[in-house]
Amino acid sequence: MAAEKPRPRLAVWKFASCDGCQLSLLDCEDELLAVADAVDIAYFQEATRGTISGRYDLSLVEGSITTAHDAERIQEVRRRSRKLVTIGACATAGGIQALRNFADVQEYASVVYARPDYIRTLATSTPIADHVPVDFALRGCPINKRQLVEVLAAFLVGRRPVTPPHGVCIECKLKGAVCVMVAHGTPCLGPVTHAGCGALCPSYDRGCYGCYGPKETPNALSLSAWLAALGMDERALQRVYRSFNADAEPFRKESERHGG
Amino acid sequence: MAGRTIKVDYLARVEGEGGLKVVVRDGKVQSAELSIFEPPRFFEAFLRGRAFTEAPDITARICGICPVAYQMSAVHAMENALGISVTQPLRDLRRLLYCGEWIESHMLHVTMLHAPDFLGYAGAIDMARDHGEAVRRGLAVKKAGNEILALLGGREIHPINVRVGGFYRAPRKRELEPLAERLKWARDAAREIVRWTARFDFPDRERDYTFVALRHERDYPFNEGRIVSSRGLDIPAAEYDEHFEETHVERSTALHSHLRGGGSYLVGPLARYSLNFDRLSPLAQEAAREAGLASRCTNPYRSIIVRAIEVLYACDEALRIIGVYEEPELPSVAAVPGAGIGVGATEAPRGLLYHRYRLDADGTIAEARIVPPTSQNQPSIEEDLTSFVGGFLDRPEDELRRRCEQTVRNYDPCISCAAHFLRLDLDRG
Ligand code: SF4
Repeated sequence: MAAEKPRPRLAVWKFASCDGCQLSLLDCEDELLAVADAVDIAYFQEATRGTISGRYDLSLVEGSITTAHDAERIQEVRRRSRKLVTIGACATAGGIQALRNFADVQEYASVVYARPDYIRTLATSTPIADHVPVDFALRGCPINKRQLVEVLAAFLVGRRPVTPPHGVCIECKLKGAVCVMVAHGTPCLGPVTHAGCGALCPSYDRGCYGCYGPKETPNALSLSAWLAALGMDERALQRVYRSFNADAEPFRKESERHGG
Repeated sequence: MAGRTIKVDYLARVEGEGGLKVVVRDGKVQSAELSIFEPPRFFEAFLRGRAFTEAPDITARICGICPVAYQMSAVHAMENALGISVTQPLRDLRRLLYCGEWIESHMLHVTMLHAPDFLGYAGAIDMARDHGEAVRRGLAVKKAGNEILALLGGREIHPINVRVGGFYRAPRKRELEPLAERLKWARDAAREIVRWTARFDFPDRERDYTFVALRHERDYPFNEGRIVSSRGLDIPAAEYDEHFEETHVERSTALHSHLRGGGSYLVGPLARYSLNFDRLSPLAQEAAREAGLASRCTNPYRSIIVRAIEVLYACDEALRIIGVYEEPELPSVAAVPGAGIGVGATEAPRGLLYHRYRLDADGTIAEARIVPPTSQNQPSIEEDLTSFVGGFLDRPEDELRRRCEQTVRNYDPCISCAAHFLRLDLDRG
């Protein structure tokens, strides 16, 4: 009998975020204890006491980089990690807090805080991949917990996770959901948004609001023309691309074409 | 001389990141500071210029653990500004959604984050080795809460079905019925969890808190009610700013809420329970008595029992709502944009969550203000530390550190929530 192999060490890191993506791991109520058997959850502040030590086989990174300290910390995380996977829109695209990238952060600070001079923050919120190499990016605000389990399972056997890069429209078709744009004239970002949620909003009679960010090669220009025809004005068009993935390039570029 | 400083840099099992510092001089606790390392995300700033309809989805992203609370305070504030109110079935559905969040959030805290303090483990995963049944049961009850969120909200974290005026799609009655089966099981399990937590060993510490919570004429509070305190305050949410203020404490990284005219106060399960015991369902009251709690609880360590009781109540209330639910004619009430000021105060799992917005004539947000529960509790947390930790000073360093952490965790502090308005002093020496 071979000696028992040591379990791979997992770490979960947090940067600027809402904690929702890492919470997805604790929301895997049925799988959590099995995951804890398969991997050694060596560092996960939200779940357990433990100190940073040694190297980690897999690091899940939530949140974006918004402070000088965090810009250094992510380097340290990368050095300690064999594989690094970003989880969620904050880590992958800068998150909702990247709205500062379109504004003056000093002005923001003075609106929220009475003593803005105490605030030490960068002018931008940037994705992890702007700072260190990323092995895989999981989309969504928040991520889908089934996809998270897929990432963990794929990692354990050393294959690439399967997360289709097509648009939410395809998910609607696969599900047999009625197109809210065609049937009800409801504005929807489905045509340009990355799959992963299972066409959630259209299933609830609502247009997609793009929380998974842009799909591969989105045609936002053409979608905007549609949205305008449905009655969206220039300001609304700008806002619709500027939410949880505002600084993902295709959304940023399209948002810059509108406003007025 | 005889000075020592206890520093816990990263608090484990606290959602978000914070640390605390207790300074001891000559055997006495001189000061206790809870500091927050969360980078600010500037929600109130970038909400300006957004449409009023966007507030529920945007503010949800302040906290992944209690997004429904943010959505609820936001929709109530907007409806208040626009002068609309929702129909009874929609009101019930909102309560049902909130039940899901309380169950999910409280069970996360009770089982995964707080119980390990009482039983002496680093976390729930370690605890599961010896208390597998208890952890699995906690996770299963948590899942029952998440199922409500997934069905009614579309997903557990950042539900997509909430809008100003109601919902995008109201569930069919027969869609809700399957939830009832699991909720009945969860209600029984919650009763067991109340018993389980009641057997823990509690430090004998009490403080004469000023409790603040909503109080409603009939219901245990979620979305509606007046803001009341254990010292006789009784005001509508619109008067919040006249009675509460936030001040900046020198050297502290945080903005602290106080009652105007001085004094810390406490929001959250202990306050809700102590101010609304008579509004709990008979089953929840019975469980409380069986657990040895009076109708008022001033020992913060026992908040773990109170959370379990609120889970039991939320299961009970969810079952009641599912039983009486009639499908509404329309999933939402029309919201016509207009100028105005609106406030919303609802009971997040961690306590009172206040939103205030000023809208322009076309419904664009001109000004936003959000006061989350953790900031309101911050002075109380520090006072608890100052007054309780003294009694643990003779213990070994490691135990003392754990006691400090446990004391902070009594509040289930959600630091992500609090940080967006925290003032950061990064000169940490
Ligand atoms: S991506 Fe969304 S859900 Fe995930 S941490 Fe960021 S704000 Fe939260």
